[in-house]
Amino acid sequence: MSCEKMENRILGYVDGRLKENERQEVEKHLAVCGPCRLRVEEFRAVSGLLDELPVIEPSPEFDVRVRALVAAEPVKESWWSWLRVSPRVAFAASALLVASLWFGYQRPQNPPFPWSNPVEADAQMMQDLPVLEDHDLLSNFEPLKELPQAVQADEETESQQQM
Amino acid sequence: MVRTDVQLMLDVKAGDEASFELLLQRYRTPLVNFLYRMVRNREQAEDLAQEVFLRVYRAREDYVPSAKFTTWLFRIATNLALNSVRDTRYQKLELSIDAPVTIDAEEGDEKPLDIPEKHPNIEQHLVEDARKKMIRHAIEKLPEKQRAAVLLHKYEELDYAEIAKILKCSESALKSLLFRAYESLRVELAPLVARAGGRA
Repeated sequence: MSCEKMENRILGYVDGRLKENERQEVEKHLAVCGPCRLRVEEFRAVSGLLDELPVIEPSPEFDVRVRALVAAEPVKESWWSWLRVSPRVAFAASALLVASLWFGYQRPQNPPFPWSNPVEADAQMMQDLPVLEDHDLLSNFEPLKELPQAVQADEETESQQQM
Repeated sequence: MVRTDVQLMLDVKAGDEASFELLLQRYRTPLVNFLYRMVRNREQAEDLAQEVFLRVYRAREDYVPSAKFTTWLFRIATNLALNSVRDTRYQKLELSIDAPVTIDAEEGDEKPLDIPEKHPNIEQHLVEDARKKMIRHAIEKLPEKQRAAVLLHKYEELDYAEIAKILKCSESALKSLLFRAYESLRVELAPLVARAGGRA
């Protein structure tokens, strides 16, 4: 085994994580390679130094805070919980349904406006049709335009005389 | 019979809050220590550990035991720690541009020396304290990913496959990462390593 290949195995060897056949290969190499032997010793020393760091304990408030955070989490509802209609929505929907039915039954027999019945509206329009046809002709009739506008004034004077 | 992590998590998923409490008791210390060694600030480490537990709880409904529980747990923790380290570094950079120079600001998080009464020799205590500080600094100086790899390998004793999944790299890349990390530590801790070699 080469020194380069040792790079991937040296730490596993130091920590005793290698498979048996890998360990034997590494030991075979170490038996003939001084620099790799030295490196193994140094890595062991580094590993030992890392063991010296003390373990800290979480503060007493830590658990309390975690429990509080978890307790504050909203309760998750199941996928089809939307089918469970809230009382307010149910009440509003029922009220709307009742109102629709009531208005449906209370509909007036005679429509309040003539044009609400399309047949009557059409008949009325047919009656007014001659007037509508004459309207353009009369409004553009030149002699009528030349007549004096005093008809209304005369009526006013007559009514004043009567008084 | 002791329930496995996966069994506990499946019980949490089924609505058993007591199982979550057991997971909390099982992993509170390893998580806080891992995060403390990553971010070097105790308060921040606890905040991050709380966030990890909260995320685990929130994900209970969708939990599928496709991997080891510890892989999942430390993956969340590592991601949070790496983000936090990057954010803090950015904030420190902003502060260092704006703020006046202070002496040893890096040590702001360290508590004043607390010499226990059981130590008969104060000098010995100081030497030990300096030694631990040196080891901590050596770990802290490692690039974030190398640091996470060393902590998960050394202190959490996760296997290579788990750590590789957590750090999203191949096992071969992880071994190379760990080798480089130990090389850096060997150089950084050379005086202590030489002494340890002399002792051996």
